[in-house]
Amino acid sequence: MSFVEYSEIIQEGDVVIIFLGHESMMPVMVQSGAQTQTRYGVIRHSGDLIGQRFGSKVTCSKGGWVYVLHPTPELWTVNLPHRTQILYTTDIANITLMLELKPGSVVCESGTGSGSLSHSILRTIAPTGHLHTVEFHAQRAEKAIQEFKEHKVSHLVTVRNQDVCKDGFGITGIADAVFLDIPSPWEAITHAKSAIKRKGGRICSFSPCIEQVQRTCEALLDHGFEEICTLEVLLRVQDVRTVTLPLPDFGPEEDSSSSQVASDLSQDEVQNSGNTSVICRTATPPREMAGHTGYLTFATKPCD
Amino acid sequence: MAECVKDSDAEGRISYGDYVVLKRGDIFKSVQIENKKKVIFEKQWFFLDNAVGQLYGAVFEIEAGGSLKLKAAKHSGDSLDSKEAGQDNRHIMDDGRSQKLSRDDIETLKEQGLKGQEIVQQLIDNSTTFKDKTEFAQEKYIKKKKKKYESNIKILKPSTRLLAMMYHGREPGKICHLRYDTLAQILTLGNIHAGSKILVFETCAGLVLGSVMERMGGYGSVIQMYPGGGPTRAGMESFGFPSHFHKTLHEFPLCKVNALLAGTLDLSEKDGDGNGRSESSQKTSGVSEKSSEPQSMEVSVDPQEEMRRAERERLREQRAQEKKLKMEEKRKKLASAAALLEGRNADGLVIASRFHPCPVLMGLLKFVAPSRPFIVYCQYREPLIECYTKLREQGGAISLRLTDSWLRHYQVLPNRTHPVLLMSGGGGYLLSGTTVAAKARNQHKAEEPVTKRLKLDKISSSCDSSA
Repeated sequence: MSFVEYSEIIQEGDVVIIFLGHESMMPVMVQSGAQTQTRYGVIRHSGDLIGQRFGSKVTCSKGGWVYVLHPTPELWTVNLPHRTQILYTTDIANITLMLELKPGSVVCESGTGSGSLSHSILRTIAPTGHLHTVEFHAQRAEKAIQEFKEHKVSHLVTVRNQDVCKDGFGITGIADAVFLDIPSPWEAITHAKSAIKRKGGRICSFSPCIEQVQRTCEALLDHGFEEICTLEVLLRVQDVRTVTLPLPDFGPEEDSSSSQVASDLSQDEVQNSGNTSVICRTATPPREMAGHTGYLTFATKPCD
Repeated sequence: MAECVKDSDAEGRISYGDYVVLKRGDIFKSVQIENKKKVIFEKQWFFLDNAVGQLYGAVFEIEAGGSLKLKAAKHSGDSLDSKEAGQDNRHIMDDGRSQKLSRDDIETLKEQGLKGQEIVQQLIDNSTTFKDKTEFAQEKYIKKKKKKYESNIKILKPSTRLLAMMYHGREPGKICHLRYDTLAQILTLGNIHAGSKILVFETCAGLVLGSVMERMGGYGSVIQMYPGGGPTRAGMESFGFPSHFHKTLHEFPLCKVNALLAGTLDLSEKDGDGNGRSESSQKTSGVSEKSSEPQSMEVSVDPQEEMRRAERERLREQRAQEKKLKMEEKRKKLASAAALLEGRNADGLVIASRFHPCPVLMGLLKFVAPSRPFIVYCQYREPLIECYTKLREQGGAISLRLTDSWLRHYQVLPNRTHPVLLMSGGGGYLLSGTTVAAKARNQHKAEEPVTKRLKLDKISSSCDSSA
């Protein structure tokens, strides 16, 4: 198993995702002899996991069952232990596209935070790219290094514990793309510019507040960046449901022809006996949705 | 522009044969650099020859005659001198007569060879209301005129970002109105990465295929399933991938899927007409017989006529040989694609087409390994609701999600920050999910307590026995 490469069979040392049901999952580190408690009972790593195929159904001790999934950065994002507020897949997907990331890309990122975006970047730039990630919080930097090792991606990433605004990324002139998710991104623009290759590259800054965006755009303009563009993107989930809608009763029909009410309905319906309701398959938005995560500002550094 | 690229210099320079993207403002166009080929872009004709040897990202002006000229480094004369400005627009009358230059006057200026910047200055000088506008309004006016009269063209290396924005802006119908942020979701939710084996079914002019290939970086394999005669690849070609990328690309016709699943797909070698080998030998002997016939028949033979006849024979044989080679080529390709599919262990499935997604999804999911993502794009919502419902019934997939994304651009300027006035209405819908091992009858009961489920199991098994 690796976060950047698929495998078929679960092995000792793998990180797997246990799927317990709708919106309920947990990451587990597979160890010979170990056990994991779930609401459906105990999962024995040696008997139930090691040697099994990813995607299999595993029956727990109480009789209930779960699915064991191969980890992906997307599954990791919704299951990782939060040390900071993280970036979710919707923003990550757009960042990846707009920064033009692909295998071989060299990327600089700050702050590392909980590693949500980091894992996604690593998956995209493997096997020939590299991620230089900077985190000013010592413990978070340590945790990130440890996680990358457990997820077998250490060879693709370098973690530096320093302040990107003061000390930069630790490298210059080799990045295809720079990503900033820090409180004062305008203070890091100079370092970001020097990190990018001389032939040019892309930059992205993520900020929750519009004031931060304004200062960042100004700094980008002052440093000669082009194509400065700010956008926000939100995911709308649709709940697919089958709903039953009752039909009105207008009293008995005056003429002999069949029920007028039912024939007024244009969609194909499955009707209950007595024609009292109609069943529709539809999708509705949930009561609430995520209304804001942050503004994404992109720009291009032209050739020197 | 000074020499600035030391490493991989050649990679950064425009060459003949390259696929590039032309950019003017927010308008993009994909073209291939060809010798002395006339290109039309934004109502202007020009040749790209002068771009060859320059760096990607370079900006050009179009000179009279259609040749490109490298634009000098950015001059800070962008802020055209405007000492005077008003406070607000309470006294400005909009009567359409504030500009003293007529359309003909402007045409004359153009013909005289005035540069865009100079024309803009002329318009400012001849506007009676310019000095009364607020500074913001003056900036907006200059920006608008520049957009119209300056024709700076940037030449860029193709990427998913540029091509997706191009298609969405120019020809959305060709890509089923797939918006670029939706495409971004497809690529990420599908976990498209180097080294995997991905199945793609798309009718988006090859854009989706190309973007999948870009994310694979030439590693792994992509199998394009296609309806009808052959796969559409125009959009993919625009990416300008190096030749080794094409080795990872396979194609398989949809009409042979059932045969493949049933194990009855015929991949044996045969000649052009689909007959066995024996017939082809008969044919060649037939041909040689024919060629000998006229020789014996004719008494007074015109030597030129004879030459022409022999020439025709030779061509006919050559064409038959070429056809045989092509058929063999095609058979080999089909066999290699079938070999990749047979294992039913693809790492992902991407569907984005004008076809009804439900049968496509149900048919192609069979080729995907368990614990792998699949993602279906549809311009409309209802067909995906059907897919969702069918998958729930059938089992074999979890974490089903029907989503669409909301995208908004912002204008960020000091004291003038706000969302852009026009917004995209929609970018299509996505159904995503993860495959799991085989069919689970009790799937929908996963969240009920154990004892209740055991009871229900008893009931359902007794129902089954009576059915």
